[in-house]
Amino acid sequence: MVKQVLRSAALAAALLIAASASAEGALKIAYLEGLSGPFANVGEVGLRHLQFAADRVNAKGGVLGQKIEVVPFDTKTSPQEAQLVFKQLVDQGIHYMMQGNGSAVALALSEALGKHNARNPEQTVLYMNYGAVDPALTNDKCNYFHFRFDADVDMKMQALTNYIAAQKDIKKVYLINQDYSFGQAVAKAARAMLNKKRPDIEIVGDDLHPLGKVKDFAPYVAKIKAAGADAIVTGNWGNDVALLIKAAKDAGLKADFYTYYAGGLGTPPVIGEAGIGHLKQVTHFHSNIGGSRTAASVEAYRKRFPDAKDDYYWVSIMTAIDMLTRSMEQAKSTDPVKVAAVLETMKGDQESGDVYMRPENHQLIQPLFVSTFSRANGKDVKFDVERTGFGFKTDARVEAKDTVLPTTCKFQKPKG
Amino acid sequence: MEFFLVTMLNSLSYGLLLFMLSSGLTLIFSMMGVLNFAHASFYMLGAYFAYQTSVYLGFWPGLVIGPALVAVFGALTERFGLRTVHKYGHVAELLFTFGLAYIIEEVVHLIWGRAPVPYHIPDILDFSAFSIFSTQYPAYRVFMMLISVGMLIALYLVLTRTRIGLIIQASLSHPDMVEALGHNVPTVFMMVFAGGCALAGLAGVIGGNAFVTEPGMAVSVGTIVFVVVVFGGMGSLAGAFIASLIIGAVQTFSVAFDYSFLDLFAKFGFQIAVDSGWRELWKVTIAQSAPVLPYLLMVLMLVIRPKGLMGTREG
Repeated sequence: MVKQVLRSAALAAALLIAASASAEGALKIAYLEGLSGPFANVGEVGLRHLQFAADRVNAKGGVLGQKIEVVPFDTKTSPQEAQLVFKQLVDQGIHYMMQGNGSAVALALSEALGKHNARNPEQTVLYMNYGAVDPALTNDKCNYFHFRFDADVDMKMQALTNYIAAQKDIKKVYLINQDYSFGQAVAKAARAMLNKKRPDIEIVGDDLHPLGKVKDFAPYVAKIKAAGADAIVTGNWGNDVALLIKAAKDAGLKADFYTYYAGGLGTPPVIGEAGIGHLKQVTHFHSNIGGSRTAASVEAYRKRFPDAKDDYYWVSIMTAIDMLTRSMEQAKSTDPVKVAAVLETMKGDQESGDVYMRPENHQLIQPLFVSTFSRANGKDVKFDVERTGFGFKTDARVEAKDTVLPTTCKFQKPKG
Repeated sequence: MEFFLVTMLNSLSYGLLLFMLSSGLTLIFSMMGVLNFAHASFYMLGAYFAYQTSVYLGFWPGLVIGPALVAVFGALTERFGLRTVHKYGHVAELLFTFGLAYIIEEVVHLIWGRAPVPYHIPDILDFSAFSIFSTQYPAYRVFMMLISVGMLIALYLVLTRTRIGLIIQASLSHPDMVEALGHNVPTVFMMVFAGGCALAGLAGVIGGNAFVTEPGMAVSVGTIVFVVVVFGGMGSLAGAFIASLIIGAVQTFSVAFDYSFLDLFAKFGFQIAVDSGWRELWKVTIAQSAPVLPYLLMVLMLVIRPKGLMGTREG
């Protein structure tokens, strides 16, 4: 009798241990993004991409026998909120996190992460940034455990201004950006680079508007019109770019838009016909960069997320997860300190070609594309955006090695 | 000139939308003494109801059904909510509407999600009505202005030319006498509350697709509506009208002015040292401070004339 009780108790204990082991067995990746508030739609898009990337890894049996589990946290796109959320994920024992919308949030997180990792080396957290592109993050304010997989503002502006410089009919440029670290960085880079490459171009306006608060851009468009601009450079994202372009179209503004993020999330349906030839973007990926791998990825993503608004956009998320998991396999460990040591010299390949992590500042070096809104034609514009019948056509491809810029980053590598 | 005309029209359409929102608020306040914190939430509900209707029936039915549903919701709120807490005084009423605003926002989150919904302007109104020099003016903005002006006229006629209007005006100042004459004053209150909410709902229906329909839309207009009501004078419809137009113009025009104190000082020959800590402050342009200006106006008004532009109550 006693034996039987003991046996069943032992069994129960074994089951309990097994259960907790399987819960701990998952590799948790925290996803910190505004999932409510004005940029909730942008946050959800990234979450679907991360889920897609995690599913691909899990379908192959996971990494080191562990499945990836995505844990979303809502930062409300606010730096203060993000710091609170960071404490939560530390409390939950999560060692990997991903974020990409809002450089103000990214700077706050990077700082909190740096302090935390210095004080608690045994609880180190590794930060994968897929889209917050303030140059400071990989320069003056760089952090050893922060890895960026999208090209920064200056790298993209370099590509964009090279393209603008070749457009001889552009005489007057208007800068309109969101009033925070990222928007200010775009305005500063555009001004400096345009002055150098095309001193004859006049910058007729430089506006900074509140982030995510302007619902009616008509007054700004009237101002742009009055300034006589023939090209507009904007780093706006989310609703801020969709509403700006909507107002410009409603007012019949005849100017070319040089953007960072007009490629998705509501902008293409808003501009429609009127954007053909006038709407341009600089990105690390768009659906028509060519190649059979691009087509396969776009089609697989559309099959998984058939809704019209879902486009394959964040290749940086796919590459981040791919390079992370391969680093873990190479390090034979999921310890962030060991993984980071491998990740910082990791090479990868994505739809656009070969890429590598730059060890000096942990910035991914990858090809960039300048592309123009065009009608989908089944050939060089094979895929449309948001099922509108319009897509982006590559105007210029900048090879990875040509995007490298000097860096001021000097981080301390952890000892041991 | 082109810039001035276009901006004038933009400010007019925005000001009229503000008036549609604030007229309901000021009407409810002047009648019932209730400062409805949830008023902007009814604006949001109007937009969401119209969106839901437009999914099944198209835009035009939504224009009627949206405000009607909001009116029903408002009537229920008054009958079963406000009337019950009324006996505990104004603080209870304030807290009630304050809480209601949060509840409505969370319910919207639950039903429609946290992201903006695709509520678009109807194709039939998606063209440019006319051109001012080379700027096109969208037809939908003209439509917005027409609806607002139509509503303004209807409201004026109802309040001054009909029996209902007479009773409403009478119960405003002498509720006991009206009751003694055999009118059901609580029902009048309920109707006014429902009507005020319907006006906010209508503003939501036409504002939701002109801008963005999202759960944050109530918060984004909530404070500005109070500025309008305080600036125009508590309980004064005419004051709210003038204040709406002024605030609309301030917000629209201020975007265009890149002047800062630094420029002003320079005009008079003062130079601020480049290394001065104050320089950053003086460098802020009017365009950059555009979002703060309405609140600055409100504070100034409270200092100079606490009862507002055309208000009748002191304090």
